[in-house]
Amino acid sequence: MSPDTGKVETQPMDPVTLAVLKGRLEQIADEMDATLFRSAFNPIIAEAHDASHGLYHAETGETLVQGKSGLPVFVGAMSFAVKAVIDRAAKAGGVSQGDVYIFNDPYEGGTHLSDFKLVRPFFRDGKLFCYLASVGHWHDVGGNVPGNYNPVATECFQEGMLIPPVKLYDKGEFRPDIVEILKSNSRLPGSLYGDLNGQINALELGDQRLNALLDDYGAETVAQGLAELKARAGQLMRSFIADLPDGTYSADDFLDNDGITDSPLQIGLDIRIEGDRMMLDFARTSPACAGPVNISRSTAIASCYVALKHVFRDVPANAGVLEPIDFNIPIESLLSVSAPKPVGGYTETILRVIDVIFVALSQAAPDMVNGCAYGTINALSLAGHRADGRRWVMFSFFGGGHGGNPEGDGLNHGNAPISTATIPPLEILEAAYPVQFTQWALRPDSGGPGTQRGGNGAIYEIKLLEKNADVFLFGERGKYAPPGVLDGESAAFNKFTYEQDDGPHEPPMVSKMVGIKLTTGQKVRLETPGGGGYGSPLQRDPDLVAEDVRLGYVTSAAARDRYACIVDESGELDRPGTIVLRQEVASQ
Amino acid sequence: MSSPSNRIIVGVDVGGTFTDVFFLNEADGTCDVAKVPSTRGDQSIGIREGITSRIADLGQVGTIVHGTTVGTNALLERKGVRTGLITTRGFRDVLEMRRRDRPQTWGLWGHFDPIVPRDLRLEVDERVLADGTVAEELDPEQVREAARTLLERGAQALCIFFINGYANQQNEQKALEAAKQVWPNEHISVASEILPEIREFERGSTASLNAYLQPLVGSYLERLEAGLRDGGFGGEVLIVQSNGGVMSVATARALPVRTALSGPAAGVIAAGYIAESAGFPNVITCDMGGTSFDVSLVADGQSALAAQTSIDFGMIVRTPMIEITTIGAGGGSIASVDRGGLLQVGPESAGSDPGPVCYGLGNDRPTVTDANVVMGRINADRPIGGKLDRLDVEAAKQAIEKHIAKPLGLDVMAAAEAIVRVANARMAGAIRLVSIERGHDPKRFSAMPFGGGGSLHAGALIKEVGLASALVPRYPGVTSALGCVIADMRHDRVQTVNTRLDDLPVETVEAQILDIVGHSESMLGEAGVGFDRIDHIVEFDMLYVGQTHTVTVPVPLQIEAGRTQAGRTGLSRDLIKTSFEDAYKAAFGRLLDGIPMQVMNLRVAVVGRRPKFDLALLAPSAEGQVADAVLGQRNVWQDGDWRDTTIYDRMALPLGARVEGPALLEQADTTIFVDAGLAASVDRFGNLIMERQ
Repeated sequence: MSPDTGKVETQPMDPVTLAVLKGRLEQIADEMDATLFRSAFNPIIAEAHDASHGLYHAETGETLVQGKSGLPVFVGAMSFAVKAVIDRAAKAGGVSQGDVYIFNDPYEGGTHLSDFKLVRPFFRDGKLFCYLASVGHWHDVGGNVPGNYNPVATECFQEGMLIPPVKLYDKGEFRPDIVEILKSNSRLPGSLYGDLNGQINALELGDQRLNALLDDYGAETVAQGLAELKARAGQLMRSFIADLPDGTYSADDFLDNDGITDSPLQIGLDIRIEGDRMMLDFARTSPACAGPVNISRSTAIASCYVALKHVFRDVPANAGVLEPIDFNIPIESLLSVSAPKPVGGYTETILRVIDVIFVALSQAAPDMVNGCAYGTINALSLAGHRADGRRWVMFSFFGGGHGGNPEGDGLNHGNAPISTATIPPLEILEAAYPVQFTQWALRPDSGGPGTQRGGNGAIYEIKLLEKNADVFLFGERGKYAPPGVLDGESAAFNKFTYEQDDGPHEPPMVSKMVGIKLTTGQKVRLETPGGGGYGSPLQRDPDLVAEDVRLGYVTSAAARDRYACIVDESGELDRPGTIVLRQEVASQ
Repeated sequence: MSSPSNRIIVGVDVGGTFTDVFFLNEADGTCDVAKVPSTRGDQSIGIREGITSRIADLGQVGTIVHGTTVGTNALLERKGVRTGLITTRGFRDVLEMRRRDRPQTWGLWGHFDPIVPRDLRLEVDERVLADGTVAEELDPEQVREAARTLLERGAQALCIFFINGYANQQNEQKALEAAKQVWPNEHISVASEILPEIREFERGSTASLNAYLQPLVGSYLERLEAGLRDGGFGGEVLIVQSNGGVMSVATARALPVRTALSGPAAGVIAAGYIAESAGFPNVITCDMGGTSFDVSLVADGQSALAAQTSIDFGMIVRTPMIEITTIGAGGGSIASVDRGGLLQVGPESAGSDPGPVCYGLGNDRPTVTDANVVMGRINADRPIGGKLDRLDVEAAKQAIEKHIAKPLGLDVMAAAEAIVRVANARMAGAIRLVSIERGHDPKRFSAMPFGGGGSLHAGALIKEVGLASALVPRYPGVTSALGCVIADMRHDRVQTVNTRLDDLPVETVEAQILDIVGHSESMLGEAGVGFDRIDHIVEFDMLYVGQTHTVTVPVPLQIEAGRTQAGRTGLSRDLIKTSFEDAYKAAFGRLLDGIPMQVMNLRVAVVGRRPKFDLALLAPSAEGQVADAVLGQRNVWQDGDWRDTTIYDRMALPLGARVEGPALLEQADTTIFVDAGLAASVDRFGNLIMERQ
């Protein structure tokens, strides 16, 4: 008996048992998340929660249940990862009880090489019931750049090791040789080993908990419940889509460059809504590029899922969300590449996919969307050797603002829409690495003007305390700022600078740094974008603009130029002058 | 110590509606309870009224122990004072930037206003590095200047918070001296004094919330003490901390942030003590209110402590607190059917105003209480809480019919039962979260409901989670007040060490431990209460090098109150190592050989154990018949049918009485539902023990 998520049951399950089962199943996935977060070695999992766990369909790999605290983008991507294992195993005679597969092939399983997926078939009474899977972002998986964000990769081989689905456990028997291969390919084998153990523990726990649930309710009831939860998510999603006016809604946005050639890459979207179905058509998208901002088709679909879940947030997180959605993603476009095209910078591209969905949907559902968030991951890697020869790698993601929305101004300094990651405390970073932060602050005027303003991004300035270090920085939005919606304006550009003996520099690719050499006392500085505005800034209450100036979120100059409000440096509003100025601007 | 003339100990818990008072007369071994309306503007008035309702002469009272919600409410309602912050140049936004999170996983509409607005966060030149080196000296004049500006802008309390202040307090101390020259009151909180622990946001948040509360909690305690002294009270007032221990008023005024969970902590302490006395060392306490269901785990008589608690989004308090897990499933939680046809209960709530539909105060969406009323489990003619004369059953029924029964295609009674079942399932989930997820087997645990609502659902939780039993205390409504009377005095202190175990200067650390112990013991001494004994708990937060999350490692040391000398505690590198391995193995199953260990923080708790009283005082008489306690019969809906159910007066049940389900037991502060298949008996402390038949 496996959960057949495809067909709608003739005899629906009683709503009470279903509601109870839903809670129990979600708790299993949540608990797997929590286990890994607590025991992981690298801060990207432990602090940033760049990991995910769930239950997946025995034949299709579709997501049945996903933990709430894991990385949102994995919700969609992991079903492809499980399917990759199913297909691989099918060629070798199928899976057995006690098997655990491990791999990081992004073309089959989505996302990028840093994400190692463990997939474990779950058997009940000798029959395959479903799959349990765990994914986590490892600290270092080889390649040219410590931390694996290689802005100039032109093949995946420069980004890290690529492991196809292989058995880490074969019918319950552990294969230490696999672990040896993995460890030999990492700069930080200890961290890798610790994270791997955490993922194994999470799967083991999931297995125990699911067995207990099946003991309580029986496999048949749980399978039926899973099928019904998917059907209901689909039904809910269809009802939301049906509420939107039929029509075509378009948006285009651009990546700065691919890290190799400094020319923009287009992501074009037409959303066609017809009745209760929605088509996401990416026909106007650039072809695959030379650098690492390509994504595989599975990653593209996963990112659409994230965007839709942010807008239709009440729909349960399972494959049903995508059931009324059709896709057109041209093969060998930026959004559907195959090996060995580099995909290490996948985060930038999926954030852009999410942004075009928000902007296009704002035309159909103005009350349900928000201005775009800062739209880049800002992966910074600082690496060097200490006086005693020990290698150090500081790797972290840096934040920005969220968009204005129907409820209010955007959040200052939030995390990326694809993640729930928190940033490590700067004191932890200073205690662990030879760096000193000289600034960690909100960046005024970085939020996009709007009736509801975008939240502000941040300024992070870091000084090197050791002799030598290399800086790698992977970002976007250096030339195409995060857009607002419904006449809300764009946020500020992302701005990176670094210091050398001859003074400050901006990197040649604007939003990417590759192996920049710093010596003692020199600094690297990130000024990140805020979020886009919501509604016209001319409609913003002048008192709110004045308050923003008084508190330093907006400068007096920006109040005049972008909100048509006359406010002095202290936050005093010139009310009559503002009325006149706004009339002038409105009549232009 | 108390003299024979003032041997009454009073515990007081102030709730939203009522102020509960518990009296223990140590001289004659009697106890009493009182319940008076809370006085919202100034809680101290209600407290005095509550005490004097039983004792005219406050001179007879030796100690008053108080679980206060003044701090909790000020945090939740953001009613603290205008607070200023002086911090390191470049870092004034740390409080606003948080740890770069957002309120919900899905949906990007969150917003956050820090309690210290941006124009009240000023910077001065200074810098301490992670290793404690002072990279930039502080100029006291800059601090005075900043303080003057903050005063001009209306700040009433001040927080001084520097980056890496945990590693070297020198600059913060210099800033404190400078600020004192300008600041007109005592309300200055210094981050490294309040929490000398690494992690700037958590430390800064805790310290600034402390400053935010200080004038408010301080003046409240002043009024309270003054009022009591006016009435002739000459004893000590003690305040319950979030860690479940009590502290003196002086400590509470300096560290008001430690009262953030004062009220609920007292309840958990009482529950743990009552249960252990009754022979149930493992309990899960369940406090069901209007909007939430709070659970807490007591294993082997010990409450679990959480290192930090999020009061609200971005409002982190990092001091040890009784670990209380809250889910949005209270009596006022609203039931609804979503567009996908799925029944939901909560987290949206009608609260207590307008409250459930049956209150008739304007809400028309059905709640858990409405379902209980419709099923006959709550007596509509005798509402708990005292605000209303009777409940409107018909209106509750209509609401369930319209919002639940019709959309689900059920009849109204089936729909009411469904609401309760889903609510029970959510509560069961919370219990699973604190038990199974932490490695505890629920079969070894009993549910202990206190407060008004939980007793109706306790029986169902036994069935749903597989708990051994449920224990309803004699006076569930005054559990927190009772907890005040028995809580120990406790002081927690943390210090970041951040050193590899191999490099740890063991002797220095031992000296540090003894220093903290000495300081905390003198705080106990100054409080003016007697202790049976003093316990010392020493723990390290440790990890393998490379990890970021720590495990708590208790280290058994020989420390005797006031008498331990350096070199005699038994602290050694080996002891720390083996203690870490034990703790790590218990948490994660296997050790990671070959990876060095790191000691992140030192934690020392000093606990003054206060004398306990014999709960048998609360017991009812053994005389009398069960039949005399019968109030009548009522139809109660259960398992898909109306069943004739006997109603008992709980307080009239004699010691040793046994009642088989289905039965309803009514008392002034709660209603207990004994499901079919369960039986309830009265133990020698007056507790009701519910078990499978």
